[in-house]
This record gives sequence, structure tokens and C-alpha cells, in this order.
Amino acid sequence: MGHNHIRLRLPRANHVLALDVTLPDQGITVILGASGSGKTSLLRCVAGLERAQDAHVEMGGVVWQDDQQGVFVPTWQRAVGYVFQEASLLPHLDVMQNLAYGLKRAGQRVTTHSLDQAVDLLGIGPLLGRSTARLSGGERQRVALARALASQPRLLLLDEPMASLDAARRQDILPWLEKMRDELHLPMLYVTHAVDEAARLGAHMLVLENGQVKTQGPVAEVFANIEQPMWVGEDMGAWLQGTVVERHADWHLCRVAFDGGQMWLRDSGVALGQMVRMRVLARDVSIATEAPLHTSIQNQLSAVIEAVAPDAHPSQVLVRLRVGPWAVLARITQKAWSDLALGLGQTVTVQVKSVAVVA
Amino acid sequence: MVSGWFADAASAWSAVVLTVQLASVTTVLLLIVATPLAWWLSQTTSRWRAPILAFVTLPLVLPPTVLGFYLLVAMGPQGWLGQWTQAMGWGLLSFTFSGLVLGSMVFSLPFAVQPLQHSFEAMGRRPMEVAATLGARPLDAFFSVALPLARPGMVTAAILSFAHTVGEFGVVLMIGGNVPGQTRVVSTQIYGHVEAMEYPQAHALALGMLVFSFVVLLALAAVKRRWPGVGS
Repeated sequence: MGHNHIRLRLPRANHVLALDVTLPDQGITVILGASGSGKTSLLRCVAGLERAQDAHVEMGGVVWQDDQQGVFVPTWQRAVGYVFQEASLLPHLDVMQNLAYGLKRAGQRVTTHSLDQAVDLLGIGPLLGRSTARLSGGERQRVALARALASQPRLLLLDEPMASLDAARRQDILPWLEKMRDELHLPMLYVTHAVDEAARLGAHMLVLENGQVKTQGPVAEVFANIEQPMWVGEDMGAWLQGTVVERHADWHLCRVAFDGGQMWLRDSGVALGQMVRMRVLARDVSIATEAPLHTSIQNQLSAVIEAVAPDAHPSQVLVRLRVGPWAVLARITQKAWSDLALGLGQTVTVQVKSVAVVA
Repeated sequence: MVSGWFADAASAWSAVVLTVQLASVTTVLLLIVATPLAWWLSQTTSRWRAPILAFVTLPLVLPPTVLGFYLLVAMGPQGWLGQWTQAMGWGLLSFTFSGLVLGSMVFSLPFAVQPLQHSFEAMGRRPMEVAATLGARPLDAFFSVALPLARPGMVTAAILSFAHTVGEFGVVLMIGGNVPGQTRVVSTQIYGHVEAMEYPQAHALALGMLVFSFVVLLALAAVKRRWPGVGS
């Protein structure tokens, strides 16, 4: 695989979208930003639906736009799948015809096998004969996802695919997106303004603000960035990923192991061996200079203090600690920081009072 | 008396047939011309859009006699159109069926363009973008997505063009004269009857037109019921 590079300038109503980024060629790259930050425009430029100036767009080693060479590949010749924000099924075609529309036009490189696979992957077999008007919002988006996959794109572009759905429908479609992420070796750009979607789905993350890249990197790192916090107030927290290695029936707990340690979590019925993402809020993490022996808090991890930054209230500081490859955030008082004589590079024990499994 | 009635019926029938022929040919040709024009108007950001839109809409505002007058002059031996048709070896179009078709097309142009344009605009950019991301080249997307989605507009355009052509009078009289079997349509036939004080014959044809127009409006309402949101 070649690399994915985007450099472009696009004047918009209130600002200029300008960026120069190299993105990973696998997994989900989340493009996060408030509305009007330019994230959808970025996606449209990658698809060729909008034409940026002075641009170089290269995906999987194929140059789609290079204004220095005078190259601009029109959308229909780009091997992209695009899932729009709102239901974008063609209303004059039924579900099967919608799925077949792209397949028919994909030429030699695609067989009907890819359609069957997409139908299976998204579980839409029972919907095939229906008219698009008789689908629920979640079903529509699943059909739109399958339609995009059926023509075997090299890159999947998702523009807030859940924005038009209510909270319950989102929970219906999230598992399918996770399945796509886990089972397909297909790079995806996923535009959203929802931080929780980014945390749940993303591997890599690009945060846009007023058309500029505010920060980018692996999702866990971006979330652990206390200088430019992604969460505000009580929601401030970090993410770890681990595997369920033990379930204890009597205690209703399960043990999740990860690089750098392990934690006991409430057993939410997750299968042994399954990968889970855990969210640890900064307010639930405390720091001890010696491993406490007599404490009710079960989860203790050895960590190294990496950074400290002022918190919203002057009495508090945010501390970033390294646990193996993961970052954990702790919100402690300024006084505690001073009394314990904490310092950067110091090895400490963090106590985690509560952990939420997010996926 | 009987032969007089028979002659009336024959000439009325001839006028009806001619009217239907004229309206059919005009409608078909008009849809072929109006569809790309309406598409262009719905998509373009060109500075020519406004003047061309105004030009297309002119027949709505102008008295048919004005339109007919200009067309008559253009089609005449000294007119630019007449010169060209003569050079092509087609003779002159004035006072012929072809001339009437051309005049009717110009006269009904806004009735065909506007519903189509509204349909294309109501569709938005999204369906064409979807088609492009699914690998459809622009012409393919136009035929496989834009046209099917604009079907209600197309049906409305066809009904309006047909009905408007049937109902035209001024243009026909100016450029067609009133040649029986050639350019004498129902509306000019009625005019002829009234001129000759043949009121019963005029009544029969006028009633026919009334019923026809009523049915057309009912049909339009049916189209709107089936495809809500259709522009008219």
C-alpha cells in the first residue's frame, strides 16, 4: 500500500480550509470537529465532489488530484465509497437495485461476490426486496454502507453516518460499523462531531478547528493530550484497550489485561478473549507514591508521570501518566501535587476507582 | 341539410385531428429540447443563466400575436430563418404544418422548461453525487438518476405543453393562416365559425375544448397526488 496524503486549500465562508496531512492506510481515521470546521469539505475534496486549490490528494498510492501536474480524477473514476450524512439511497430504485447500481459500474475489478459479502456483513439480506421508503433510518444507513462496500472501494468515506439517527438507532448501527472496522482491511475516513463516536471507532484521529488541523495522532494519544483537552469538565478521561482474560462469576467481575497492567471491571457479559475499549475518567484516578495496601480500590497500576497541566479550576491539575503504552489521566488537587512532591518522570501507583467499558 | 351537417363534421374532424397531431409532435420535440435546457438552468452558475431564463419565460408574458408576428417575419422569404430554410431546400415554413410546430414549440417552451427545471432543482445535488461516488459517469448518471427522478416534472411538462398547444390561437393565426387540413386547428376553426355566424358548429367545438381542458386539469391534479411536491 502506498501512503495517504492530503494537502489542500479551500476558501470557505468564514475561514480557509488548509491542511497538509499524511494519514495511516488502514483502520478508521476519525476527522473530528465542530460544525463548520471544514471536516465535511475535507471529505468532499477527497472524493472529488468539491475541488480544492493547490491540492495534492493521494490515496493508497494513487494520485487523485495534483494541481502541480494538472491531475484531477473525477469522482466517478475514484475507487471510493461514500456514505452521506442523511439517507442517500436512490429513491427510484429498491434496495437491491441500489446495491447493484455501483456494482454494475465498477467494471471488471468487482464481482457479485463482493455484493453478497456486503449484504452478509451488514445483515441486510431480509431487506433486499423492499422499497427504500419502507426502511427505518438505521436500515437505510446499513444499506448505504453495504452499497458503498459492494463496489469494493479502496477507501471508504463516512460523513457523519449516524448524525440523522436518534440515540437508540445509533446503538443499532454502531456494532455494524465496528464489525466493518474489524473485518475489512479497508482504510476509512470517518467524519463526526461526536467525541464518543471518535473514541469508540477510531484508531487515528484528526481534529479540525476553523479549517486548521488542531491536533492529530492515535486516538488514545489525542485523548490523553492534556494541553489541548478533548473533553471538558467531568468527561475528561483517557482510553485503554485490552483483552478479557478472566470472568469471575461470584464477584460479577471480569479481568482485562493490557500492555502495562490489568484491571477488574464489572462483568457486562463480554466474552472471554474479546477486545474491549475502556474509558477511565480523570476524576476517578488518584495517585499514590507508594502502593497502598489497605484500600478498597482494586485497580492499581504502576505508572510514570509524564505531564501536568492546569485544570479548569485553579485548585486542580490534570496529570498524564504512562501505563505501558497507554496514557491515563488523573485529576488531583494542586495541593496534593505539592504535598506528595510529585514530579515529571516519577514512578507512582495510580488507583482507578471506576472503569467503563465502551465497546 | 344532411350533406351540410356531414361537411361540418368532416371539417371539424379534420381540425381535431390536425390539432392532436400538432400538439403531439410539438410535445415530443419540446421535451427533447426542454430537458437539456432545464437541466442546464437548474445546474449552472453561469452569468448567462438569468438572461436565458428570462428569454425562455418571455412567451408567458408576450401577447401571442407579438410572438407570431416575429416568427412570421423570421420565417418569411426575407427573414433569417426563411433564408436558411430556403438555402437548405426546405422552402418557407410560414403557412405550413412545420411552421406551426416551430411556433408552438417557442410558444409553449416555458410550460415545458419550468416543471422540468423545478423537478431537477427539487432533486438537489445529492442524487447525482451519490451516482458519481458509485462510479457513474455524468451522462450515465443523468439518464439513470436525474431523468427518472424528474419523471413527475416530465409528465407535468408533457401535459402542459400538449394542452397549451391545443389552446393556442394567436400564434397559429399569425404564422399558420387558416388553411384547411394544413394549419386550421380547432381554435382557429371556432374563430372561423363565429366569423361566419355558424354558432351551432362553434358551440360543438367550444364545448369539446372545454371538456378537454377540464380533463387535462384533472389529470394534472392526479399527477400531483401521485408525486407530491411536483412543480407546475
